[in-house]
Amino acid sequence: MLTSPISAFRRWIQREGSAYAFISGYAFAFIVFIVTPVLVAFFLSFTFFDTIQAPTFNGLRNYIVLLTQDEVFMRYVLPNTIQFAVIVGPGGYLLSFLLAWVLAQLPKIPRTILALILYSPSMTTGVAMTVVWKTFFSGDQNGYLNSFLLELNLIQEPIQWLQSPQYLMTIMIIVTLWSSMGVGFLAMLAGILEINPELYEAGSLDGVSNRFQEIIHITIPSMKPQMLFGAVISLVSTFQAGAIGVTLSGANPTPQYAGQLIVNHIEDFGFLRYEMGYAAAVSVVLLLMVLFFSRLANRLFASDD
Amino acid sequence: MVQRKLTRRFSGLRNRGVNPSGFHTSQIKFYILLTPITLFMLLPIIFIFSHAFKPPDELFAYPPRFFVTNPTLKNFTDLFAKLSTSGVPVSRYLFNSVLITVTTIVATTLVSTTAAYALSKKRFRLKQTLFAVNTVALMFVPIAVTIPRFLIIEKLSLMDTFWVHILPGLAMPVGLFLIKQFIDGIPTEVIEAAQIDGASDVAIYGRIILPMIRPAIATIAILTFQAAWNNADTSTLYVNSENLKTFAFYLTTLTTTTTGANAVAGQGIAAAASLIMFLPNLIIFIFLQSQVMSTMSHSGLK
Repeated sequence: MLTSPISAFRRWIQREGSAYAFISGYAFAFIVFIVTPVLVAFFLSFTFFDTIQAPTFNGLRNYIVLLTQDEVFMRYVLPNTIQFAVIVGPGGYLLSFLLAWVLAQLPKIPRTILALILYSPSMTTGVAMTVVWKTFFSGDQNGYLNSFLLELNLIQEPIQWLQSPQYLMTIMIIVTLWSSMGVGFLAMLAGILEINPELYEAGSLDGVSNRFQEIIHITIPSMKPQMLFGAVISLVSTFQAGAIGVTLSGANPTPQYAGQLIVNHIEDFGFLRYEMGYAAAVSVVLLLMVLFFSRLANRLFASDD
Repeated sequence: MVQRKLTRRFSGLRNRGVNPSGFHTSQIKFYILLTPITLFMLLPIIFIFSHAFKPPDELFAYPPRFFVTNPTLKNFTDLFAKLSTSGVPVSRYLFNSVLITVTTIVATTLVSTTAAYALSKKRFRLKQTLFAVNTVALMFVPIAVTIPRFLIIEKLSLMDTFWVHILPGLAMPVGLFLIKQFIDGIPTEVIEAAQIDGASDVAIYGRIILPMIRPAIATIAILTFQAAWNNADTSTLYVNSENLKTFAFYLTTLTTTTTGANAVAGQGIAAAASLIMFLPNLIIFIFLQSQVMSTMSHSGLK
């Protein structure tokens, strides 16, 4: 009897041990750098923590302050984040689907070249891109946009594009859309190309008469899995792109909080004010937002089987 | 028969609709639609190239000119002649970036392919649960948990080490997901046949799975490359020693100091550095794009 747990363990090792050995490397990194941070964020969000003293439990205080007293969050960060996310998320997603669909109507060689061009901005994430856009939107008369508009006499003096609250958000949206044809776009392009051409023929017999009907009744239903994958990717990259306002304007907080997104708010409280507990509460809100929108996408594109 | 072929060819039936094999007049409208968008996407890319080769007088010309007229390599020689403010040569940052990127690609590919093999072809109790957890993690936004990550890295004494560049990005849910979907496409019979011949798990993984999933490996290599090569945050947050920082980080220091007195010297160097940042991304993608596309057709999320 005494040996039975040991022999059971041996049997288990023999049966499943190698499978666990194969996933161990990934599982280790996954648990340490993905699962644990999320759990720690969740735990810290109920505490006061200034990184010097041990965190002290303060219940829902952080969340209450966030919802009732954090004027910057309610007046700027939340509306900015929603505006940015709604335009860049669904907007970028729709754009990548339409571009993928149009590309699929072309022969292989021009399609590959054009897909490469559309995809290439997404490779320039972060640093390389800011050099370009900062030069383009530069605030002096040497900036490309200023010089162009001055030439046309549309403006009388150079505009501080990246420092002006009224322009910063628009510029952030344009730059993010520019670089949003990434993995999701490639997945949707591949998905459209995979669809069995017989489906279209069958569709035309069933009375599908124009290309728009074809997209709605044949293309999208046949590639729901890719549509969902693309949606999740675009969602994540939208929220991940949050740092762009700070990068472009060169300041956190951004001028008059015009480009302040939830990600910058986390950084502001976490790394500039060392209110880690409060920052963690904002992180949890952000993760919940992503989860909520993913659920929504799931509803839209859930496969029937 | 011949006549049917001919009518087919001239009515262009096969050149219409999805994935046509040749040109047809109905495609003109798509080209017209794509041209302005493509130009908008392309201009900044061309600008990176053009700007990097401009001599100082063109960089600051008024009115500014988009295209370079007298291309020069001066910006590149300046870049490599320059020491950073703390005395570290630029080549050191570049060396760090290359080493870190290569190590990350090898490590990520290894852990993702082994894990994907187990999740796709092995039988064990937690299999479904683990894959479901990974699928939820596709929604993971790393930037949201910068702070807890910082605390964990500090606790693990990874601060200011080489490994802090590698480990936090090792588990890439998208990568595992894509490879697992790709391995699902390999028939189980192939693996069963190998098992009957007495092949061990390691042999099956090394001799059967790996050679068959080259496109998926190429894809994860590209994704990892982009993440590692463009990563400046790790150097900013977790590394204090200049000797361990990356080229991407060095570029951020150039762009933040391009205002004021440093602007004239900085602009050209920053332009050259951006091109060096961008070019490897482009070259690698051009070489591997067909592999990426074949992986992407397995990318569906059910």
